[in-house]
Amino acid sequence: MSDIIVVEGLVKKYGDKAAVDRLDLRVTKGKMFGFLGPNGAGKTTTVRVISTLTDFSEGKVWVGGYDIAKKPREAKKLMGVIQQHISLDKDLTVRENMMHHAMMHKIPPGDRKKRIEELSLYVGLDGYMDRMIDSLSGGWKKRAAIVCSLIHEPEILFLDEPTVGLDIQARRLLWDLIRKLNDGGTTIFLTSHYIEEIEALCDNVGIIDNGRLIAMGTPSDLCNKIGSTAVEYHGKDGRTVYRYFPSRGEANDFAATLDETNTVLIRNTSLEDCFVELTGKKVEEK
Amino acid sequence: MFELLRETYYVAWGDIKFMRHNALNILISSMMSPLLYLLAFGFGLGRGLEMDGVPYIAFIIPGIAALTSLSASFSSTSTRMNVQRLYYRSFDEMMMCPLGTASVVLGKSMLGATRGLMSSAIIFAIGFALAPDHLHLTPLFVICIVLSCFTFSFLGVTAALLAKSHQSMATFSSLVILPMTFLCGTFFSVSSLPAVFQAALFALPLTHSSVTARASSLGWDFPWISLAVLACFCLAFFAINVYLIKSKRV
Repeated sequence: MSDIIVVEGLVKKYGDKAAVDRLDLRVTKGKMFGFLGPNGAGKTTTVRVISTLTDFSEGKVWVGGYDIAKKPREAKKLMGVIQQHISLDKDLTVRENMMHHAMMHKIPPGDRKKRIEELSLYVGLDGYMDRMIDSLSGGWKKRAAIVCSLIHEPEILFLDEPTVGLDIQARRLLWDLIRKLNDGGTTIFLTSHYIEEIEALCDNVGIIDNGRLIAMGTPSDLCNKIGSTAVEYHGKDGRTVYRYFPSRGEANDFAATLDETNTVLIRNTSLEDCFVELTGKKVEEK
Repeated sequence: MFELLRETYYVAWGDIKFMRHNALNILISSMMSPLLYLLAFGFGLGRGLEMDGVPYIAFIIPGIAALTSLSASFSSTSTRMNVQRLYYRSFDEMMMCPLGTASVVLGKSMLGATRGLMSSAIIFAIGFALAPDHLHLTPLFVICIVLSCFTFSFLGVTAALLAKSHQSMATFSSLVILPMTFLCGTFFSVSSLPAVFQAALFALPLTHSSVTARASSLGWDFPWISLAVLACFCLAFFAINVYLIKSKRV
């Protein structure tokens, strides 16, 4: 399979501070790629650079084979972006927002209405089309944003922290929708600081911290990197200690050496373990 | 050229819908200050006065039409675009569409230019009813007002692109727009001022709007240089906007 997004040596500086620091990244066409990192790690900046919204200081970015610095229009045709904050025009109705996106993406006039109807049915928004954007709840606003970003049938969909602020039900509905889109062939680039979201959805994961990519691979590859089995127990100072082993046998052998009064949990290593081990901090930490 | 116009319409379409949702509100708000100026200066202070050989009311109407082109065009464009860029963030959505930069600048200036034209037309219609013997609706007057509306609408785009917050927009209006409103020959003849002040005022675009609108509607010798200067301001603001968007300094 070919790489639809290729990033080489990307640097984005704000003053002297590098928000993205020599980032190399490849995303395979048709896959779901998760970009995981704590708040302020550089996830949103990376998405804004790849989607041509923000310029960059150094490096090269290709989307669908187009160098975004030289052929931004061609690259834009391939991308749909759902930003972290709802970025629709709140002075217009849901339908008007969709129509405006259809026009700006140059959908032929005869196809616009049909496409809007199809997509709004697809996400279950058909009963809300003539309401003003601000009258919708967060989950429905997100769906409206999804329709707007899909109106031109992009090959890649960027979702920047898509479930922030959504309740659990809306979050799960959105996960289903993302899976459905990916099953239909759309490449998904998902950024999140919710580890379970990335774990549940993504084929490949990149972990970014302080603007640097510190690990990349499938969730199981990343877990195997530190050891596929985790042993969790209380240390002498009362703090929880985590140890990782390549096999369950080795984990069991280690657990047998611990004090009998200790509470010991042997389990599969999670992506969160991997993140903490690689970065030295919890994923929610700022 | 056809593609540029088509894309400009696509960009402006959202603002056309916005205008339709808020038509009455927009019309009333853009008429208030020019009508107040007309009442205060035209009927209040200016009753019975003459300036440059014409009744003050006939003198002041083209100036207020030019002033309206500034206030309505600038405020409509800058306010809506500032909100779209900093609060709704819907300007980002536009920037992710495969549109030309010139189309985005032109499209975003259409709301202000249209509103400026509507307001100026109403002011001129009122003035025409008040001083029918002196004021003339000429093609040159229409050209001057259209050019003026686009100039100030482009300035509104510039202000909105550079604004870091709503407060910085208000500061820009206080420091740039408000002084122009009172100083640029809207209510008096710039030629009556000392040479130093005249030179300073002719560095501002509204002065050229006022003198061209006045000369073209009162049948005076037309200041072609002022029209050329106004066109230069228009092109300069347009070019600055294209640069700001292309260089992603927004």
